[in-house]
Amino acid sequence: MRRSVSIAVLTVALATGVGTITVDQKNILASAQQKPETTEVKIDNFSFGPATLTAPVGTTITWSNRDDIPHTVVSTDGVFKSKVLDTDEKFSFTFSKSGTYPYFCSIHPKMTGKIIVQ
Amino acid sequence: MAGKLKDEILYDHNHDGIDRRGFLKCMAWAGTGALCVMSGGVLKSYSLSRLPELSSKNAMGELNFVQISDSHMGFNKPANPDVAGTLKAAVDKINALSVAPEFMLHTGDISHLSKPEEFDTVDQILKSARPKDVFYVPGEHDVLNDDGKQFLERYGKGSKGAGWYSFDKKGAHFIGLVNVMNLKAGGLGTLGHEQLEWLEDDVKHLKHSTPIVVFAHIPLWSVYPEWGWGTEDSAQALSYLKKFGSVTVLNGHIHQTLQKIEGNVTFHTAASTAFPQPEPGKAASPGPMKVPAEQLKSVLGITDVNYVQGQHALAVVDSTLA
Repeated sequence: MRRSVSIAVLTVALATGVGTITVDQKNILASAQQKPETTEVKIDNFSFGPATLTAPVGTTITWSNRDDIPHTVVSTDGVFKSKVLDTDEKFSFTFSKSGTYPYFCSIHPKMTGKIIVQ
Repeated sequence: MAGKLKDEILYDHNHDGIDRRGFLKCMAWAGTGALCVMSGGVLKSYSLSRLPELSSKNAMGELNFVQISDSHMGFNKPANPDVAGTLKAAVDKINALSVAPEFMLHTGDISHLSKPEEFDTVDQILKSARPKDVFYVPGEHDVLNDDGKQFLERYGKGSKGAGWYSFDKKGAHFIGLVNVMNLKAGGLGTLGHEQLEWLEDDVKHLKHSTPIVVFAHIPLWSVYPEWGWGTEDSAQALSYLKKFGSVTVLNGHIHQTLQKIEGNVTFHTAASTAFPQPEPGKAASPGPMKVPAEQLKSVLGITDVNYVQGQHALAVVDSTLA
């Protein structure tokens, strides 16, 4: 009898513990869905990294130029357009509508990237 | 005299010299430089180190001009924190030439960020050069943020469209083209329909024997499209020049000297006066190539061009700033 009570207590404790962990996991998942893994696109060696970035509606993406050469971030469809970014300068844009947004560097048009907003 | 030189390279184009099988390529990477003379379908190429032996005969022409390129005023990163100093060194070199050049061509990227003070500094430095006339075409760094408005106000007097124009000097026809505007995602340099139409019309009335010199910022041939080193519609532009016996194309943009001779057309890129860039595909990107300070001037340079009337050939000579 004593033994079975202990087991019951242990079971409750375990169940509670498991429950807590599950809630934490849900929170982590929820926050992962709200925020993409990265909101920064790095410009390095004449390329955008990551070249394709998927993010939820409302995300603000920041591009930072880490090259010794100036670059721009220009939407192919005219949705956004940065000024010329010299070394270490940044440009941000908030995506309020879902869709696919291809962009390029208007100075070095071989540099292309894409933001997918879901 | 020239024929007795060792290391002279002779290529016989035979036939009409336009046959693609006669395609020739002679490369002179950063810091070396070469003189190429094509006459009657025969190419002679001399390394820069041999120029003293040639100077007495070949450095004299009826027309002598200099090409400078990519001064990138305002650039101050490693590789070259003093681009004003190296531009001054280029001017000193030009002023020391045995025959004073009649004028200069600047094939773009005058400034690094299109700032007024950057253009002002270049203008000030070039004032001390012996040749007083400078003919410009814009590089992509000269038309940032304002679609080239400032460039046109400063350098585009009398030009058409985004700044293209032509002029004649001692029987040779010079054409300045603009291929850095309205660049499309994933694409190369672009001349555009309006400019191509103008070019076709511009050369229509010229005799086939007229030597043609075309200058533009981005190479008008595919140097390395992966890095954007080429011009989308250059083939159409060159098709208008097929009828001419001698066509020389001078470009900048890639910060190293490179030459190619194809039929009647000699392509040539000039070194930068500011900083070198890597050979095509030899680095992760075409960013500035960092070299030890003592080597910097050996990879920067100027281009001296002689035109001898009646020979239908231009001699292009690269000099480093060292």
